[in-house]
Amino acid sequence: MSIHTAIPAHLPARTALHERRRLTERLVGAVLFACAIVSLITTVGIILVLIVETAGFFQEVSLRDFFGDTQWTPLFAKKHFGIWALVAGTALTSAIAVFTAVPLGLLAAAYLSEFAEERVRRVLKPIMEILAGIPTVVYGYFALTFVTPLLQKVVPGLAGFNALSPGLVMGIMIFPTIASLSEDALYAVPTSLREAAYALGATRLATTFRVVIPSAFSGIVAAIILGVSRAVGETMIVTIAAGQQPRFTFDPRVPVETMTAYIVQVSLGDTPTGTLEFRTIFAVGMMLFVFTLALNMVAHRLRQHILKGSLW
Amino acid sequence: MEHALKTPRETSSPDPTRRPQTVVRPAEESGTPQVKMRTELLRAWFGPTEVLKGISLPILKNRVTAIIGPSGCGKSTLLRCLNRMHEVVPGARVEGKAYLDEQNIYEASVNPIRVRQRIGMVFQKANPFPTMSIRNNVLAGLRLQGVRPRSPDELVEKALRQAALWDEVKDILDRSGVSLSGGQQQRLCIARALVLEPEVLLMDEPCSALDPIATAKIEDLIYELRNSYTVVIVTHNMQQAARVADFTAFLYLGELIEYDKTDTIFRTPRDPRTEAYITGRFG
Ligand SMILES: Nc1ncnc2c1ncn2[C@@H]1O[C@H](COP(=O)(O)OP(=O)(O)OP(=O)(O)O)[C@@H](O)[C@H]1O
Ligand SMILES: [Mg+2]
Repeated sequence: MSIHTAIPAHLPARTALHERRRLTERLVGAVLFACAIVSLITTVGIILVLIVETAGFFQEVSLRDFFGDTQWTPLFAKKHFGIWALVAGTALTSAIAVFTAVPLGLLAAAYLSEFAEERVRRVLKPIMEILAGIPTVVYGYFALTFVTPLLQKVVPGLAGFNALSPGLVMGIMIFPTIASLSEDALYAVPTSLREAAYALGATRLATTFRVVIPSAFSGIVAAIILGVSRAVGETMIVTIAAGQQPRFTFDPRVPVETMTAYIVQVSLGDTPTGTLEFRTIFAVGMMLFVFTLALNMVAHRLRQHILKGSLW
Repeated sequence: MEHALKTPRETSSPDPTRRPQTVVRPAEESGTPQVKMRTELLRAWFGPTEVLKGISLPILKNRVTAIIGPSGCGKSTLLRCLNRMHEVVPGARVEGKAYLDEQNIYEASVNPIRVRQRIGMVFQKANPFPTMSIRNNVLAGLRLQGVRPRSPDELVEKALRQAALWDEVKDILDRSGVSLSGGQQQRLCIARALVLEPEVLLMDEPCSALDPIATAKIEDLIYELRNSYTVVIVTHNMQQAARVADFTAFLYLGELIEYDKTDTIFRTPRDPRTEAYITGRFG
C-alpha cells in the first residue's frame, strides 16, 4: 500500500508540454546557479589574493610594526607601517559623515513617511534619491572648492585640506541612502500600530518616535550600516579634499589620509608592482575588508537582537 | 435589593449561570441613566462611499451598549467615529455631530488627542506593539501620553488581572507582546486600554479570538466595568449581546434600524429586519 494509490487515475499522464516545462525550469535553474557561482568565485578570488598578498607583506613587516605604531610612511626612506594613522583618517571622516547623515536622514524619513502628505512624499522622495546618483568626484570638488572655503570663514585654523569638509560632504552623499531606506522601513510599519498609538491618546510625534521608528528599527539599522559602509569605502571625496597626509589625529581641521585614499595614491603613483611599498595596499585593503565585515556582523547581530525583541 | 441582580435571560444564553451574580448595579441605575455620548445624524465616508448614513444614537452612562449587525454594515466605522479614529484613515471623512458630555467632539476647537485620551478603544484585530514587552505594552498608553506612573507594576498586574491574562503571563512579562497567542494578544490590548481608565471604552469584537472560558471572563469584566465606565461593544455574537448589554443598536447598511433595551430588541423587535437578523435569517 503506497501513497501513490491515492492519486486519481484520471489525472493526465506527463505530456510533452510537461516535459518541456521541466526542461526549461532546469535550464533556468542551471543559469541562475552559474550566476551565483560566478559571484561566489569572484568573492573567494578577491579574498584569496588579499590573503596571499597580505601574508607576503607580513613576512617583511611584523604585526607589531603594523599595529603598534601610529606613523604611516612606507613610501619614505625611513619607513613606518603604523596602520592606525590611516584607520584614524577613515574613522574620523566616516564619523563626521555618519553624525551628519543619520540625524538628517532619520528626520527626513520620519517627515516623509509620517508627516508629509502623500502628494508631497511622491515628489520629494525621487528628488532626494537623485542626490544619491551624483558622481562622487563632483562631491569631492564641491568639498574642496566650495565647502572648505566656506567652513574656513567660521572654523578657526581649518586647513585647506582637512577631515571636516569631506566628512560633511560625505554625510550629504550618504544622507539620501539612509533617508530613503529608512523611509521604506517606516512606511512598511503596519497602520494598525499607528492606530493603536493614536487610540491610546498619543500625539503624532509620540507615535512616530516611540512606536513607528522602534518598529522599523531593523530596517533603519540596515540603512545606517549601509550608509556607514559607503562612508568607510568612499574614496573620491576624501582623496580630493582631505589631503593625503597620514596622520594619527582626531582633529578634524588638519589634513589626513584614509585607507581608501592611500590605496588610490599608491595605485596611481609610480610605485613598482611586487615591491613591499606596493604590497602595503593589500594589507590596507585587508584592513578595510575586515572593517566592513565587522560592520556587517554588528548589523546582523543587532537585527537578531531586535527580532527577538530583547532590546526593547 | 431586587434590582441589584440582572435577570438572566435563559432564552438566549446557553449558560445563564455564567452571569456574574454578585455585581451590584450603580446607585443611579434605579433612576434615569445619564447620556454619556450621543451622535446626531452622524455620517461617514471612505473616499466617495458613504458607509454611515446619518446615525443618531444615545450611549448611556454606566451602561453597556451593544452594536450588532451584519458584516460590513458599519459597526466598526461607527465605533471609530466615536473617538475620532475614523479620520485617521486617508480619504475618510465624517459629518454630523457626536457629543461627549454635551460637547461636540467634532467641533473645530476640540483636540482629537484629548478625545482619545478620554475614550479608550480595543480594536477588532489585536494590535500589540511588537517592539515592546508585555509589561510595556500594558503601560504604553501612559508612556505615550508622557505620564510616568508611580507604581507601574501594580498597574500592570491590575490591568492584566482585569483582562483575565495575568495568570498566563505573570512570569513572562518581559517577553515581546507579539509572542502571545491571538487570543492572549486580544486580552493584552484590553489591558492596555484599561490602564488608562477611560470614561468610555469602545470594544470592537473583543472576544472574537477567545475561547469560551476567556470569553466568559471578558464578559464578566465588561459587566463589572459598567460600575465605573461606559462601554460600547461591537459583537457578532447574539448571546453575548444579550448577556452583557443593557442596550442594543441594530445597524444595517449604514443605517440605525433599531435601538432599544436589549430585552426589547431580542424579545419584541419592532423592525422586521432586526427580527430577521437576530433570529439568524440573514447576515
Ligand atoms: N479602509 C477602508 N477603505 C474603504 N472602505 C472601507 C474601509 N474599511 C471599511 N470599509 C467599508 O466600509 C463599510 C463598513 O465597514 P466596517 O468595518 O465599519 O464594517 P463592520 O460592520 O465593522 O463589519 P465587520 O462585522 O465585518 O467587522 C464596509 O462596506 C467596508 O467595505
Ligand atoms: Mg468591524
